[in-house]
Amino acid sequence: MAVISYIEAITEALREEMERDSRVFVLGEDVGVRGGVFRATMGLYERFGPDRVLDTPLTESAIAGVGVGVAAYGLRPVAEMQFADFILPAFNQIVSEAAKMRYRSNNDFTCPLVIRAPYGGGIHGALYHSQSIEALFASVPGLKIVAPSTPYDVKGLLKSSIRDEDPVLFLEHKRCYRLIKDEVPEEEYTVPLGQAAVKREGTDVTVITYGLMVHHTMQVAEELIRDGISVHILDLRTLVPLDREAILEAVAKTGKVIIIHEDSKTGGFGGEIAALIAEEAFYELDAPIQRLAGPDVPAMPFNAVLEREFMLNTEKIERAIRTLAEY
Amino acid sequence: MIIDLTMPQLGESVTEGMIARWLKRPGDVVKKYEPICEVATDKVNAEVPSTQSGILQEIIVAEGETVAVGHVICRLQIEQIEPEIANIDVVEEFETEELEEASPSMKKRYTPAVLRLAEENQIDLSRVRGTGMGGRITRKDVLRIVEGKKEIEPPVEHTDQQESEPIISVEKKTVSSQTEDEVIPLTPIRRTIAERMVKSKQEIPHAWVMMEADVTGLVAFRQRMKEEFREKEGISLTFMPFFIKAVVDSLKEFPQLNSVWQEDQIIHKKRINISMAISTERELFVPVIHDADEVSLLGLAKSVHRLKEKTFRGKLEVSDMQGGTFTVNNTGAFGSVASQPIINPPQAAILSFEAIVKRPIVIDQMIAIRDMMNLCLSIDHRIIDGWISGRFLQAVKQRLEAYGPDTKGIL
Repeated sequence: MAVISYIEAITEALREEMERDSRVFVLGEDVGVRGGVFRATMGLYERFGPDRVLDTPLTESAIAGVGVGVAAYGLRPVAEMQFADFILPAFNQIVSEAAKMRYRSNNDFTCPLVIRAPYGGGIHGALYHSQSIEALFASVPGLKIVAPSTPYDVKGLLKSSIRDEDPVLFLEHKRCYRLIKDEVPEEEYTVPLGQAAVKREGTDVTVITYGLMVHHTMQVAEELIRDGISVHILDLRTLVPLDREAILEAVAKTGKVIIIHEDSKTGGFGGEIAALIAEEAFYELDAPIQRLAGPDVPAMPFNAVLEREFMLNTEKIERAIRTLAEY
Repeated sequence: MIIDLTMPQLGESVTEGMIARWLKRPGDVVKKYEPICEVATDKVNAEVPSTQSGILQEIIVAEGETVAVGHVICRLQIEQIEPEIANIDVVEEFETEELEEASPSMKKRYTPAVLRLAEENQIDLSRVRGTGMGGRITRKDVLRIVEGKKEIEPPVEHTDQQESEPIISVEKKTVSSQTEDEVIPLTPIRRTIAERMVKSKQEIPHAWVMMEADVTGLVAFRQRMKEEFREKEGISLTFMPFFIKAVVDSLKEFPQLNSVWQEDQIIHKKRINISMAISTERELFVPVIHDADEVSLLGLAKSVHRLKEKTFRGKLEVSDMQGGTFTVNNTGAFGSVASQPIINPPQAAILSFEAIVKRPIVIDQMIAIRDMMNLCLSIDHRIIDGWISGRFLQAVKQRLEAYGPDTKGIL
């Protein structure tokens, strides 16, 4: 098996899906000749030509809107938002059109649109290049949200998203792009949407998380085991639809739960998970449910010191897990 | 206004204390610094003074109960500067709220998981010892019982004691007592002795050196001086001050022996504080003579006397127990002629003075009857080696042998 990076896995998934299905095409700002600002679409323009690798104007509303239209027409667009921060001009198209297409047409039309969006901070990107946006969309029924943490998952999940009949918001943590590498099989595989993955079995504290925080938590768990604290880690992988069974199982492993995400705390997705646990797994709880999240501050600071303060890191995660373990 | 009084920190390594006796009852007027209760810790018994003047409102921790340092033990109503009559109702309401919030004990705070498991498995939670924060019973505590790995506490008496150290719990599980046997619960002191001895023997590579000293001169000197000394000083002249003096002077010569072991380093202590093993019928105490190098033989005699008195009366204070750098042990007092003392961690060595016995000894090709005594030294071989220990012991020996019946100017 080849060891490839998170972003190489995305490129592979796109290429393989475009080869497999001629209806699949990509569109976005600089995805063509340039190969994407992060190089996610490298080589696709050369391989598939300008008709299937579309450079668009700097108009996110159009990128999403065109996607909705061509999806209704029978194609399978993969739209790229250059940064997740820029998705807001397309909010209306995504929320009012893409998410509702199947429902309002009474199943006559579906919207097999994938919107890829690099999100997250810690890359010195400041306020317009660091935001986490999952909570903005998680309350919209009809929209699926995927947030993989590893190259294996990102490839398998992107393929499943492209093949899915409904709109998928596909969130790629940009810090993972070149930082995270692992073995990815050369043969064809997919990872089904809506299934969380147990990344580590443990008995003291359960961590429920996704994206970059999975890696931080794995690292912390490795250190804490030396002090006899055994951490159970669940990587959600897909936020909507949520793998409720996996969450409840993970809670029952330890009775002590901490939900970790980089997005800010108030109204963050962690609140939804906490509510689910309180509703469904109350009698498994051995401690108040904890949320470790980004601060309720308008944006990621540019200043490196403040950026570190803003971002969750291994120290903050370790402290939170230790405190909960002692409870 | 009502304030909380908490279990004070009564020594370096003390983490909990048992309320031995309440000296005040709810409703009693308490002055600032006035003792409100007696606390027995694993090191000492001490009186806890009140931090404020006021009226004892409520006793939270009953006599015989052990709680962690910082745990609220009672509440005190203290005077407010200008009580406003109109606001009394509001104030009271506020206070009751505060009371509920302030209680840090988590022993009876059961989480849903704990309650469910207890009910499903019919476990009486009042008999379970919690290992969580504030003594909280955790899900794991209950699961351990379900899996049969942990014994349930007997319902009475020491439900509040901390989880036993491994050595003690192992004994508890393997030794079954017959009905005619008497089961003696561990006192805090006994528990400390047990823990420290296990720690010392497990951690410290003990090496042992024995030498014999001819103390005929010292015996004669004491014989000659003891009546006069008793008359003048009011206390009896024992051998102990002489032993300590010889040790202190030799430690000055070989400071390596006056060391403590700390993780990856050895610390040579500047102050010479001599720990002195004193046994009572039931327990062993090791009070400390601080700066023993700064006092005369007479001063040492008085310190030894004072510490013995305090020990037998149960009046040792925290300060009497702390900071020892080297331990001496008068095993001769009970007739021992050789012993292998266990080091008092983190110290580097311990020296036993064995019984003085008359023995035939060859001196200048003649056989003489001499007063002989064995010196038994245990050393922490991580810190010091045999060579330096031997020379140290030689130095002690020579100092003890230097006394004669007519030695002058030392008392």
